[in-house]
Amino acid sequence: MGQVSDTAPVDAQALFEYLLRLGDNDLILGHRLSEWCGHAPVLEEELALSNIALDLIGQAQLWLELAGEVETSFQGSGRNADQLAYRRDVAEFRNLLLVEQPNGNFADTMARQFYFDLWHYLLLEQLSTSHKPQIAAIAGKSVKEVRYHLERSSDWVIRLGDGTELSHQRMQQALDEFWIFTGELFMTDAVDQTLLTAGIGADIAGLRQPWREQLEAVLAEAGLVMPQADWSRRGGKQGTHSEHLGYLLAEMQFLQRAYPDARW
Amino acid sequence: MTVPTEQIWAWLEEVPDPEIPVLSVVDLGIVRELWWQGTGADAELWLALTPTYSGCPATAVIAQDIETALRHHGIYHLRLEHRLAPAWSSDWLSAAGREKLRRYGIAPPVEKTSDQPGIRPLTLTRRTLVITCPRCNSGQTEKISEFGSTPCKAQYRCSDCLEPFDYFKCI
Repeated sequence: MGQVSDTAPVDAQALFEYLLRLGDNDLILGHRLSEWCGHAPVLEEELALSNIALDLIGQAQLWLELAGEVETSFQGSGRNADQLAYRRDVAEFRNLLLVEQPNGNFADTMARQFYFDLWHYLLLEQLSTSHKPQIAAIAGKSVKEVRYHLERSSDWVIRLGDGTELSHQRMQQALDEFWIFTGELFMTDAVDQTLLTAGIGADIAGLRQPWREQLEAVLAEAGLVMPQADWSRRGGKQGTHSEHLGYLLAEMQFLQRAYPDARW
Repeated sequence: MTVPTEQIWAWLEEVPDPEIPVLSVVDLGIVRELWWQGTGADAELWLALTPTYSGCPATAVIAQDIETALRHHGIYHLRLEHRLAPAWSSDWLSAAGREKLRRYGIAPPVEKTSDQPGIRPLTLTRRTLVITCPRCNSGQTEKISEFGSTPCKAQYRCSDCLEPFDYFKCI
């Protein structure tokens, strides 16, 4: 990988924050999905959920490794992907609230996944033309994998929505429950603005329209109704998390906390 | 005297993928480029590798296997470069590789992805691809799951011979 110092005009601290957000979304959702291992309703779904987790954790590693290089550029020394994943506490994580929510039942997991996949796909599509070559490369690689995730989660929303009375009811309930976490997907702050202006980041607020259109199309085919809520939870991107993240980290980070720098 | 690169490519064709051993790392299109840097005793062999999937656990093993194989052939000065862009595509699978896959019982990818400009547009229309059973050549097959035993495969079942089989995903 090339040196990061070629970014010159961009605020390195903002870039670091931005990369943490990208990496943390993948890492936390990847970990959540891995919790299904050994518990999925059927073997095929178990394999699928674990494979999606694997893709996301692989992507997280790429983003966090780059974040560490950027950190070196303004701090003199930076952490590597493992240190960023295992040595930060709750308030230092920058993932969206949506991805840290517990798995719930299968419909809950699919609702969370579908909302995220659709947003993630649109985001990566934009980032694949980022002016920063490393970001464009990681996004260009990830978007192919995420497209596949999206096809699968859309299929499941349709299958459950258009399935039995019970599956329909559960799917609708799941979409309604996670809805209050979707507003945060499109909220922007100074970090997003800085990166957007520099031609490096995506137009996150602008993703709302295509996201909503695609969502409506899938829900229409599934026979499900659009959830309604006039408020939204926020804060994950800035480090204000729900109670759930602490428990997740306690498990995910246990080994590196108990035995720092342990290796296979 | 440095070994000609054609010879090195030939050696790499003997290095199997750890998860689909019927394919070599060259068949898979993971080794993108190789070249010598410097001359004489200082000459160093460079290899550019592109991983298949971001989280594929085989990536590290493949790099190690390549290094081991080349050392075995007497090449000690080598450097592996991980190249992310352009992103790996199933289109890079060689024709020989596709045939080897089919004979091994894995249906090769049927769709081309990289001839489409940019990123494939989202569409709700289900793509109706005919995936041929690698055992009996029947086109009557159904998808069981989008994922299989490795990130690069999906699971199918043949409605004629009733055997389940893996399908190498298009990406």
